Amino acid sequence: MTWQTELNRVCVTNWHFIHRKTGVYPGSGNKTDGGAVLTVGEKDKLARFEQVILPHLDAAYNLARWLTRNEDDAKDMAQEAYLRAFKFFDAFRGADGRAWLLTIVRNTCYTWLQQNRAHEITTMFDEEIHTSDSDSFNPATLVLQHADHQLLKRALDELPVEFREAVVLRDLEGLSYKEIAEIANIPTGTVMSRLARARERLKQILGNQQKKEA
Amino acid sequence: MDCKEAQNLINAYEDGELDLVRNLEIERHLRECALCMQSHKNHQLLRNEIKAGSFYFKAPADLQTKIQSSLRKAAKAEGRAWVLPKWWFNIVAPMAAAAVVVLVLVPFFRGPSTDELLTREVVSSHVRSLMAATHLADVASSDQHTVKPWFAGKLNFSPPVEDLAKQGFPLIGGRLDYLENRPVAALVYQRQKHFINLFIWPSGSDSDVRTKTASRQGYNLAYWTKSGMTYWAVSDLNSSELQEFVQLVQNQA
Repeated sequence: MTWQTELNRVCVTNWHFIHRKTGVYPGSGNKTDGGAVLTVGEKDKLARFEQVILPHLDAAYNLARWLTRNEDDAKDMAQEAYLRAFKFFDAFRGADGRAWLLTIVRNTCYTWLQQNRAHEITTMFDEEIHTSDSDSFNPATLVLQHADHQLLKRALDELPVEFREAVVLRDLEGLSYKEIAEIANIPTGTVMSRLARARERLKQILGNQQKKEA
Repeated sequence: MDCKEAQNLINAYEDGELDLVRNLEIERHLRECALCMQSHKNHQLLRNEIKAGSFYFKAPADLQTKIQSSLRKAAKAEGRAWVLPKWWFNIVAPMAAAAVVVLVLVPFFRGPSTDELLTREVVSSHVRSLMAATHLADVASSDQHTVKPWFAGKLNFSPPVEDLAKQGFPLIGGRLDYLENRPVAALVYQRQKHFINLFIWPSGSDSDVRTKTASRQGYNLAYWTKSGMTYWAVSDLNSSELQEFVQLVQNQA
């Protein structure tokens, strides 16, 4: 017997010892869940993760969907974000699983945008076009009709990504400025100004539409 | 509060992010200013539209199942990470074995320790000093007041010298010797027919080291460090009598 086979034998013995203690062998038995049989520690981590993080799947998907603007990409992003979150779950200490998960979703999406649609995250608000009316403060009454829903949705979809995410996190997800600031890694003052400018832009688009119709 | 300020804060007001004082101020302004009130109503309309509109994308039904199954795979992969891949046995294990061999063998090639080297030197010095009568002492005197000053000018330290004749170890004399690459003081004492060489030199550190003993070629040795001086006593005396001598030397200082 060479020393290699001897070492192999010792390791295999240990392997059996450990798995006899935990009562489960990886890759054997219990075919009902695709052969993925887990040890006690893995089961425990997975159970905690599914309890704390999985309920926020809608929030994760919604953010990914608004950032990627595409159903298939959003699914991929959500799945990738969940795998990352699981990998780093041991480091999760906070009470708010949703904010923690959304931070990971956002980072995952931004990395993807950088690789696939770099121009989208470098597009800044064009001050000339977007805020030309803001000094002449003269609010006309907005009247929204049913058809405006689609217009508004499209307008939101076309906002630069940083402004879009601020509106999504605030108005759809109901997060506070502080939570948004942490997720997007920006000061709360920036959250406030991004929201103000995004909403101004949305109102403008709706207002222009009404002027056309009038 | 004027209109400009109100417009700056109106988003934070509607989002419930203002402190109480400014909240009251902006509410007072809205009651008084029709334009700002209109703007506020437009904001609310927009917000309600975004919230009420079907803008929230719920996760597709199959997504949760897909994610759960990939999580199980990830958990399984994590759990199995410790199972050694095959190449481990061909690369890492031989390296580890080689490292163990090196760690075990290195001390054998390191050679003898400092104490061991010095023990040999001291024994050689002692034997050499006894080979001819003139080697034993450069200054032959039983008077400590003759021996101690003799070292002055020959060494850069002053060894403690005391005649121990009353205790049965008369001082025979002193001699310069050379140990551990430096000149040292050698004091010669006698016990009946046995000679004792006591080598003394500065230790180079303030910490005392308790007495250790050794035995080489039938000679007994005792060495220690006290008050900044290193002492090595060597003799063909039996170890208990040498121990007695060591006690006397240590007590004098």
